[in-house]
Amino acid sequence: MTRRVRLALFGVAACGLAALLLWSITGLPKFGDYHGAYGKILNKRAPQERQTSNVVAAVVFDYRGFDTMGEELILFAAVMGVAMLLREPREEEAPVPEDPVRSDALRAFGVSLAGATLVLGLWIVAHGYVTPGGGFQGGVVLAAAFLLVWLAGSYRAYRGLARAPFVELAEGSGAGGYVVIGLCALLIGDAFLHNLLPYGVAGKLSSGGSIPLLNWASGLEVTAAFVLLFNEFLSERAVLIDPTRRPS
Amino acid sequence: MSYLPFVLAAWIFLVGIFGIVRSRHFIHLVVCLSLTQSSTYVLLLSIGYVKHGGAPIFKDVPLGTKAVDPVVQALTLTDIVVSVTVAALLLALAIQAKKHAKTMNPDELRPVRG
Repeated sequence: MTRRVRLALFGVAACGLAALLLWSITGLPKFGDYHGAYGKILNKRAPQERQTSNVVAAVVFDYRGFDTMGEELILFAAVMGVAMLLREPREEEAPVPEDPVRSDALRAFGVSLAGATLVLGLWIVAHGYVTPGGGFQGGVVLAAAFLLVWLAGSYRAYRGLARAPFVELAEGSGAGGYVVIGLCALLIGDAFLHNLLPYGVAGKLSSGGSIPLLNWASGLEVTAAFVLLFNEFLSERAVLIDPTRRPS
Repeated sequence: MSYLPFVLAAWIFLVGIFGIVRSRHFIHLVVCLSLTQSSTYVLLLSIGYVKHGGAPIFKDVPLGTKAVDPVVQALTLTDIVVSVTVAALLLALAIQAKKHAKTMNPDELRPVRG
């Protein structure tokens, strides 16, 4: 199919799709005029029922906890996919190139920022079910702290910090931990992912029953998954910038 | 005005697909796909919006305060994670395409022969 034919075909299809979308939009309730009963009930009941002041976290880790397990496994599978795609053709153990950042100002700024980012990420994970945040959001921030070590330091320093066996272990335990917490509930005779711990008082760090456990499991999983992704893509780059291993 | 956010979501979706269709570079294509997917965030969040509603977080806010729908927000979170993983997988495939086919242009990829 030539480019011209493809664009023409897309033009016709897009006009049809746009018309259908506009038609369906006129059938939606007006913006701000929301009618979903599920969300309204959760907003009323979840903070008392689960002692979780962040209702989104209660939905993610409790009411739809099973769905989040699937989401974690999607992340896990995708990272495995990236690793399989990129690792196999790469020559094993390419030498780690020296590429330190030469600007002292950038190094100092980056090092201090990496520490601050690490603390911020941990804070966002820890308070995920009290204030906005959670394992997914905080996990990405934590992974960014690792990336800062590479950006403001060197690839060698980054590799020293994000050693593949540890990161892989962390990713596996994050994803596995979530499933194990669910299975523990089955073992004591409750439904899968049913609450295991006392609920406590909403607004405190020790609140929400199993939600903190699942929150930390997903935080670990997300951090490790992103660091693994960075590992794979940065290794590709390391092979490219290494003069002795320039691909033919 | 009352339908503008939904129309915006449809617009982002169509522009994203348009970008994919006329893409000449795999990385451009992945960015366009991420853009297309972000239209679903706009759609989900605008469906769950309640007029004058706050965030569904009841810390220092009395219970029963008007708040937007938490369910669509949780769905958006799922959506973002899936979007990122798909982007990572496609970028890995782009690296493989560059290595094997020596091109980043989707048009220059030959059909696979078994």
